[in-house]
Amino acid sequence: MTDIDITSKEIDGMGPHGTKVGLLRVLGPAHVWALGVGIVLVGEYMGWNFSVGKGGAFAALIACWVAGILYTCVAMIDSEVTSTVAAAGGQYTQAKHIVGPLMAFNVGLYLVFAYTMLEAANAITAGYLISVVASMTGLSGELDQRPFIILVILFLAWLNYRGVLATLTFNLVITAIAFCAVITLFLSTSGILGNSIMQHAALFEGHELPYGWIGVLAAMHFGLWYYLGIEGTTQAAEEVRSPARSLPFGTLAGIMTLLIAATLTWYTCSGVLPWEYLGDGVNGSVAPLFDTARLSGSTGLLWFLGIGTLFATLASANGCINDASRAWFAMGRDKYLPGWFGAVHPKFRTPYRSIIFLVPIALIFALGAPLDQVITFSILSGLLEYTFMPLNIIMFRKKWPMGTIKRGYEHPFHPVPAIVLLAICATVFFAVFLGYGTQLVAMIGFYIVVSLWFHFWRYRFVNRGAQFTMPWPKPQGY
Amino acid sequence: METWHILEYVAWGVSALLALYMIVDWLRVDSTYSEDVLTSSREGELEAMTEEHKV
Repeated sequence: MTDIDITSKEIDGMGPHGTKVGLLRVLGPAHVWALGVGIVLVGEYMGWNFSVGKGGAFAALIACWVAGILYTCVAMIDSEVTSTVAAAGGQYTQAKHIVGPLMAFNVGLYLVFAYTMLEAANAITAGYLISVVASMTGLSGELDQRPFIILVILFLAWLNYRGVLATLTFNLVITAIAFCAVITLFLSTSGILGNSIMQHAALFEGHELPYGWIGVLAAMHFGLWYYLGIEGTTQAAEEVRSPARSLPFGTLAGIMTLLIAATLTWYTCSGVLPWEYLGDGVNGSVAPLFDTARLSGSTGLLWFLGIGTLFATLASANGCINDASRAWFAMGRDKYLPGWFGAVHPKFRTPYRSIIFLVPIALIFALGAPLDQVITFSILSGLLEYTFMPLNIIMFRKKWPMGTIKRGYEHPFHPVPAIVLLAICATVFFAVFLGYGTQLVAMIGFYIVVSLWFHFWRYRFVNRGAQFTMPWPKPQGY
Repeated sequence: METWHILEYVAWGVSALLALYMIVDWLRVDSTYSEDVLTSSREGELEAMTEEHKV
């Protein structure tokens, strides 16, 4: 036993076990909140309204709350496991310790695909928003969106390259502004401050459930948009000062914030915009909160929600770069991918090679692929990841029952959240199959092929002895 | 030329500068430090230290 002061600033992020340059432990719970909510909040500004088109406004509300239950389960399960497995890679590292290498490899790829695709989708959206501003300010002709899409990706990659503290402090500020914009719009249009412009009864009459309960089921696919990405908080595990406290605190505060934001968004937009217009996210309402602000007649609200939309998009792309690079870095460090990716910048203390490597991939998808396909692949990868989580927590509790290892957070009512999560995932898979069956089958086919490649070829290079790092007792039954 | 068309060129230029900065810094770091140092990060250092820490 050595006498080491873990609060020492001199060994911050580095230790006596071979690490000469490691990731920097500088983040607090607010940064964790900013990472999780920042990735997600763009889903409140746009995208969720496709669920209205699938089944009407009430179906969208049901989808909002059922997806809210799904993500509350995700947040609770994640908080428990990641407060114990506090390392970069998040769910990848959890899978490596609890399930096994093949599951870990797949989960790592789910993470990288989900976040890189979402980053590309956000960059496309930012380019579109800038072109809208250009036409609103009187530009004659079309704006070339490409330089702005590229600038968004490169600026945020540069920020991530330069250090995690500045990156997530930036996210904290712009996410807080975007969240305040949602609250301000609700207060200003609902009658709490000024006159109410809500017309729920008139807009819903005769359109309660236009496609019946099958519409509710179909709406579930887009109900995920309200919360997709909150699980990304776990990627900060190796860079928070106190993982056991900060990760559960930031993650659970994040899901509470999103439940409030999602419900207020639905209430505000569905009370002002007709469901046929609100539900058409391509030719109708692309950005429903912004459209609601336009109908309010207030120029101040219009600008605030416009800025909120752009900030939410940037925060999401920024968080995605952070998370995808940590997952890629962690896989490289364990030699699941070439070990070259496991490098840390000696000055900025970031996984710089992983950040740079993922930039051209994001650019290819942002400039060359249609937005709906990019988003669908992101959602499908996320959904596969959520399906892994209940299996993960059941195995975790079985192998290391309560009391055998220290947990920063113990989620209640186990195994009810795991079973609920699994059941909702099955329902959403069916809902996705209804709308995007071909993509779902293609995606699963892709993961089967890469799994075979990993099993028969790549696994021989994995750093098997060094990959299990947690000082835990031997699991029960082994 | 309209302001927005000038901004397009500005965006191209700033993007190129940011990309150049990252590439130059990446090559400089890789040539200054050994691969052993750069890839020395090990998972679970804090956990290992916590276990060894005497309360």
